[in-house]
Amino acid sequence: MKTFQLTRATDSAQAIAAAAKANTAQQGAEIRFIAGGTTLIDLMKLNVEQPQRLVDINRLPLDKIEALPDGGLTIGAVVRNSDLAYHPLVRKNYAVLSEAILSGASAQLRNMATTAGNLLQRTRCMYFRETNMPCNKREPGTGCAAITGANRSLAILGTSEHCIATNPSDMNVAMAALEATIHVRGTKGERSIPIADFYVLPENTPQRETVLEPGDLITHVTLPPPAPGSRSLYLKLRDRASYEFALASAAVVVTVVDGKVTRARIALGGVGTKPWKSTEAEGELTGQPATEAVFRKAAEAALRDAKPQSENGFKVELAKRCLVHALKLATQAA
Amino acid sequence: MDNESDLKPVLSAAEGNDSVHVKLKINGKDYKLDIDPRVTLLDALRERLQLTGSKKGCDHGQCGACTVHINGRRVNSCLCFAAMHEGDEITTLEGIGQPENLHPVQAAFVACDAYQCGYCTPGQIMSAVALLKEPCGPEDAEVKEFMSGNICRCGAYPNIVAAIQSVRQNAKPQKAG
Repeated sequence: MKTFQLTRATDSAQAIAAAAKANTAQQGAEIRFIAGGTTLIDLMKLNVEQPQRLVDINRLPLDKIEALPDGGLTIGAVVRNSDLAYHPLVRKNYAVLSEAILSGASAQLRNMATTAGNLLQRTRCMYFRETNMPCNKREPGTGCAAITGANRSLAILGTSEHCIATNPSDMNVAMAALEATIHVRGTKGERSIPIADFYVLPENTPQRETVLEPGDLITHVTLPPPAPGSRSLYLKLRDRASYEFALASAAVVVTVVDGKVTRARIALGGVGTKPWKSTEAEGELTGQPATEAVFRKAAEAALRDAKPQSENGFKVELAKRCLVHALKLATQAA
Repeated sequence: MDNESDLKPVLSAAEGNDSVHVKLKINGKDYKLDIDPRVTLLDALRERLQLTGSKKGCDHGQCGACTVHINGRRVNSCLCFAAMHEGDEITTLEGIGQPENLHPVQAAFVACDAYQCGYCTPGQIMSAVALLKEPCGPEDAEVKEFMSGNICRCGAYPNIVAAIQSVRQNAKPQKAG
């Protein structure tokens, strides 16, 4: 691990001013915020991340979960994943979020990992994690070893010829389906970014994963009020029953009235270079009867643009079946 | 706006080198250390404080052998920088029981033969002690899910689950099967 200076921020302005001196936004930057550290310290040990300076943001007052007047929820940036997953309002109104978080990592890691850290969780692509290999995300211009290498676990949606790294998060898939808003404070003030606009596709700059700018500090995330009459769930398929990243997952939030889907929000995990919201699937579902045939059509639409690599063709059908099964579970009689 | 000058190194550097002074509270006792900021809590415990109950397995948060409690919650000490934990209550295996006065979970691990080589056992016990206060359902399957962050290479899982369940059910510990 490269040496670094450790500082502690006691207010947000300090943290922002410090991080604004970096050349890039958080991921891979020479000045990094640190909270749970579950991704960052791991990657620092591998020399994949080599920050010269860490700004500890654990003492900032960003650790609250609170109901909003409109019926929504606000979640602080350093709320621990376990506290979020077990919060009574999350379990009651946003089951998909609770289930997604609890399906990820281990109890120890969930006690450490934070909301904002999970939003910025980095890929598990083995070539990204191995500094002896080429990787356009870690070292732009060196090439992508995954495209001709071991790519079984990598993405089939949103890829480019420069990067096929999967976004590994479960939480973010639920956040995408719930249409969360990410609130950021930076050198130019505050702004709110819908999660649909937060992540960027790799294209020819895979080192850039979000729209964040140097100095930007995620302060909190808000969720809209739960859709009346909706049911939500997260279904995750993986190589072992627990403590494993998704091969394919589905976050669904659906409302069925008199056998018809009146509203659907769909996001897929394990298959995309970012948490993969599928407006295509939502379009196929809305106004249609809640039947397996319709679910299948939605799944076909969600995966229409899938581009499998040499070892992950199985993910196309796996993701479709995952979505169909999730929709069946979410719409069956209670 | 430049508050950046207010951002001092978290702890003052020790004279003549790049280390920092840090005060840690471990098992109720205060310790003062001069350490490099890169030192993880696990390495501080094992290499500096001779608290070798916490084990180093993968050193990447994947195996759970390093599990300790911080403010009552279980975490992977290999993914914590020691210098970030001033003011926290840290509990290690050494803090939960003694050979002549075992924690009920430790006693149950002995009674159930819940280990073979024993290397993962401290982490298993620290996770199991934390689990007793977590919202874990009553079934074996739920215990397995809650314990999935602790890997046992010897495969002592059935007896680990049996040991934990015997404590939760306040029952006489019995081996699995």
